[in-house]
Amino acid sequence: MDLKVTIGKTTFENPVWAASGTFGNGDEFQDFLNIGEMGAVVTKTVTLRKKKGNPPPRLVETPSGLLNSIGLENKGIRCFKKEDLPWLKRSGTRAIVSIAGETKEEFVKCAEELTGRHRPDAIELNISCPNVSHRGGKHCLFSQDPVITERIVSAVRRSTGTTLIVKLSPNVTDIGIIAEAAQNGGADAVSLVNTYFGMAVDAEEMRPCLGNVTGGLSGPAIRPMALKAVRDAYNSVSIPVIGVGGIMTGTDVAGFMLCGASAVQAGTVNLVEPAAYKRILREFIAYLKRKKINRAGDLVGKLRI
Amino acid sequence: MKPNVTKRMIKGTILANRQIAPEHFVMDIGSAWLARKSRPGQFISVRVMDGVTDPLLRIPLGIHRISETGVSLLYGVVGPGTALLAKRKKGELIDTLGPLGKGFDLSAVTRKKNAEALLVSGGHGVAPLYALAEAVTAKKRKAVFFIGAKTGKHVVCEKALRKLGAAVHVATDDGTRGHKGYVTDMLRKYLERGARDPQRTAIFACGPKPMLAAVAKEAERSGIPAQVAYDEYMACGIGACRGCAVETVQGIKLACKDGPVFAADMIKW
Ligand SMILES: Cc1cc2nc3c(=O)[nH]c(=O)nc-3n(C[C@H](O)[C@H](O)[C@H](O)COP(=O)(O)OP(=O)(O)OC[C@H]3O[C@@H](n4cnc5c(N)ncnc54)[C@H](O)[C@@H]3O)c2cc1C
Ligand SMILES: Cc1cc2nc3c(=O)[nH]c(=O)nc-3n(C[C@H](O)[C@H](O)[C@H](O)COP(=O)(O)O)c2cc1C
Ligand code: FES
Repeated sequence: MDLKVTIGKTTFENPVWAASGTFGNGDEFQDFLNIGEMGAVVTKTVTLRKKKGNPPPRLVETPSGLLNSIGLENKGIRCFKKEDLPWLKRSGTRAIVSIAGETKEEFVKCAEELTGRHRPDAIELNISCPNVSHRGGKHCLFSQDPVITERIVSAVRRSTGTTLIVKLSPNVTDIGIIAEAAQNGGADAVSLVNTYFGMAVDAEEMRPCLGNVTGGLSGPAIRPMALKAVRDAYNSVSIPVIGVGGIMTGTDVAGFMLCGASAVQAGTVNLVEPAAYKRILREFIAYLKRKKINRAGDLVGKLRI
Repeated sequence: MKPNVTKRMIKGTILANRQIAPEHFVMDIGSAWLARKSRPGQFISVRVMDGVTDPLLRIPLGIHRISETGVSLLYGVVGPGTALLAKRKKGELIDTLGPLGKGFDLSAVTRKKNAEALLVSGGHGVAPLYALAEAVTAKKRKAVFFIGAKTGKHVVCEKALRKLGAAVHVATDDGTRGHKGYVTDMLRKYLERGARDPQRTAIFACGPKPMLAAVAKEAERSGIPAQVAYDEYMACGIGACRGCAVETVQGIKLACKDGPVFAADMIKW
């Protein structure tokens, strides 16, 4: 069975990865998984300087979903490089470092920190976090604006040779246009979706459930919308698309790949079932066997319509 | 590569799941692993049902009793998750994740002879403090337990605590049992009765945040060290999602990993 997938200059042993922000920096899961066997781990988004994050409560459960407003709490990229990245690189998995900034220059500076012995297997640009605001632009997310998306991606592209994945927000009218802008900027792949804007209300207390009022929705509740977004992006660009959103099982992985995803990231499921990764990969392999498919890549975009 | 495993995801057998008060249940779970590894103040995250996505998240519950063969959880039915948990039957398997977090530091009362533990609970906060009372009395230290509850009917564990040899004081919101008012009023009165040796006294508390803040104030006023079990909303329970952030004097800490037990003077109330 050939599960390998190549994106940019990086070859991954299999197409099932852990999504940013739902897997820490990997070490928290060692009691449950052999991290080295994972296709890739996308680390929690880091920023140039440390960030305190949003006030509690930062989480609330909704029907088959999770609303979060973590607010990119992290200790800053320099600390991350010293304390977390070396371990993850040694673990044997592919380390994908997710970075974010408030300005184009901050994205570039972050990417420039990740060179030499600190070079990860890939960088994921998080231009789609719903829980932070940033300066400039008329939209609240960089990835809601195709011009800004292309500008940030091409600036980072010029500053690094590392495989570059751009993570997109589904909170747009036409995801195809944004995916194309990322491609034009020089992205090696796009990953989608980040969370959907949402909120929950405690009617008894007449208050929002989240300390930050609004948050981002993830989990099985968003899977149908994420599948559609992945298919739209796949139909708009020639670079690989990485599918994210509500994956719980190996069959869900197949669904995303049929819609055009070359690889997938599982997020919220890790928070419910820390060993989920093992099960999902096993189920996906069983699916391929059942369908007599020898190369996972042969599944990509093969939706029968 | 694999470090010493401290927590596991395992299926335990439900040995019993019984109602002990209008809104409270106790579930006994058979698991040698949990019995061996669990400490008072730690918690276990349970999946109320397998194979469903609603409820999606696990429910974190404090370890209420530790026996030779397993652990017990005491929970209040407050929403859809705990309502479903109350319907689970004896003999069924339940998906557990644990033990999680850092528990109470007992050395505060065990390192000195004639030491006294003051345990202050509000609502379901009695759950983890009962396990602590067992540990304290097993070490032949004095335990004084202050139970705060909505009404007399909501007072749980009182008899069992007396059986352990703990002195029990009850406060209810409506005065149907014991003192009418806050449980922390009783703590204050108890502390005001005479000077106490901070080397030989420690406060342990679990309950709603305003109550814990009041306990922290009493601790500061009296100079007696206090540890509080701080329940923040959680998703992963293992330090991965940063959902359970607590603001402390040492910066942001995670309730699930650095806590849930914190020194009261660490938390920015
Ligand atoms: C470390 C830890 C230990 C806990 N130990 C116990 C225990 O031993 N016994 C027990 O009965 N409960 C305990 N809880 C609380 C318990 O987890 C919640 O009551 C439960 O998750 C509610 O789930 P639900 O679906 O029934 O209700 P939901 O619909 O999720 O919530 C019902 C109500 O409870 C509130 N609530 C839920 N979770 C929390 C929280 N973490 N902090 C404050 N308010 C909350 C909600 O705002 C809502 O008003 C603990 C929580 C934590 C974090
Ligand atoms: C608690 C939490 C934290 C997250 N943090 C980040 C983050 O830091 N960076 C990022 O790009 N996405 C973040 N995400 C989004 C996920 O990576 C993923 O895109 C989204 O949750 C959808 O996938 P899922 O339904 O499988 O969780 C976070 C999601 C959750 C639930
Ligand atoms: S609950 Fe996820 S970090 Fe604490």
